[in-house]
Amino acid sequence: MGKPERSDPADWVDRYGDYLFRYALLRLRDRVVTEDLVQETFLAALNNRDTFSGGSSEATWLVGILKHKIADHFRRQAREESLPDGDPPNQPGEPPFNATGHWTTGPADWGGNPADLLRQKEFLGELTKCLSGLSPAQASAFTLREIEGLSTGEICKVLDVTETNLWVILHRARMLLRRCLEIRWFARGTGKGS
Amino acid sequence: MVRKRDRERILMLSCKDVTQLISESMDHSLPLGKRIGVRIHLLMCRFCERYERQLLLIRETVRRLAAVEETPEGLFLGHLSEDARERIRQSLCSR
Repeated sequence: MGKPERSDPADWVDRYGDYLFRYALLRLRDRVVTEDLVQETFLAALNNRDTFSGGSSEATWLVGILKHKIADHFRRQAREESLPDGDPPNQPGEPPFNATGHWTTGPADWGGNPADLLRQKEFLGELTKCLSGLSPAQASAFTLREIEGLSTGEICKVLDVTETNLWVILHRARMLLRRCLEIRWFARGTGKGS
Repeated sequence: MVRKRDRERILMLSCKDVTQLISESMDHSLPLGKRIGVRIHLLMCRFCERYERQLLLIRETVRRLAAVEETPEGLFLGHLSEDARERIRQSLCSR
């Protein structure tokens, strides 16, 4: 094994800037906040260069710092906004269930080959819009769980909610997101719905 | 063993209950009784069966998108603006 490669911090922005930017933007969906966190990450890295042990690549080390910055952002947001965990206003359509708990409008048949989704740049755009339509608590919980891949225990600490509470938030997030994707994305090709 | 009272409750699950449990099952493993209740319901309910399939598809797609964006080239999300690039460079140099 060779010695871990340390690059000149003057080259960091060109080497790793876009990579860190994409990583953070996928989770934060806000360019300004994302650019700030990327900058903070580089500065923290510069001040703590001795924590780079070389057990992993420099890119992995930087992403590790960025992950902490992203978690801090969600923690701060949860604290400052004391996130309401109810559904956001202006949800489209009727409530999904009637008084006896049966579907009023059941999920549509999405058809097609799911793998095709990945080739569609537009799908990422619609996913982003649908996430932005959730309440902040729902969007944060979904992002930390499904994109960042944290356990529910870790997410509870970041958002400062109980696990039972988190399960309800995630359930509502998935329900609304599925419905939103159905309307914005899947209904387009099938000729039904709008 | 599943007791009689639980057995009755399992068979009474509504679609609303089942969608909540489907989501929960994606975050932790459900107790046996609930797990059986959900499975039985899914055998009989086309909409809930579809709901579960679609939630899993969304999970899978989001994960694969994230994995693609985490490669050095990325795919869709673009890059730092020239302004931000310059600002960050200067902040690094001034240290």
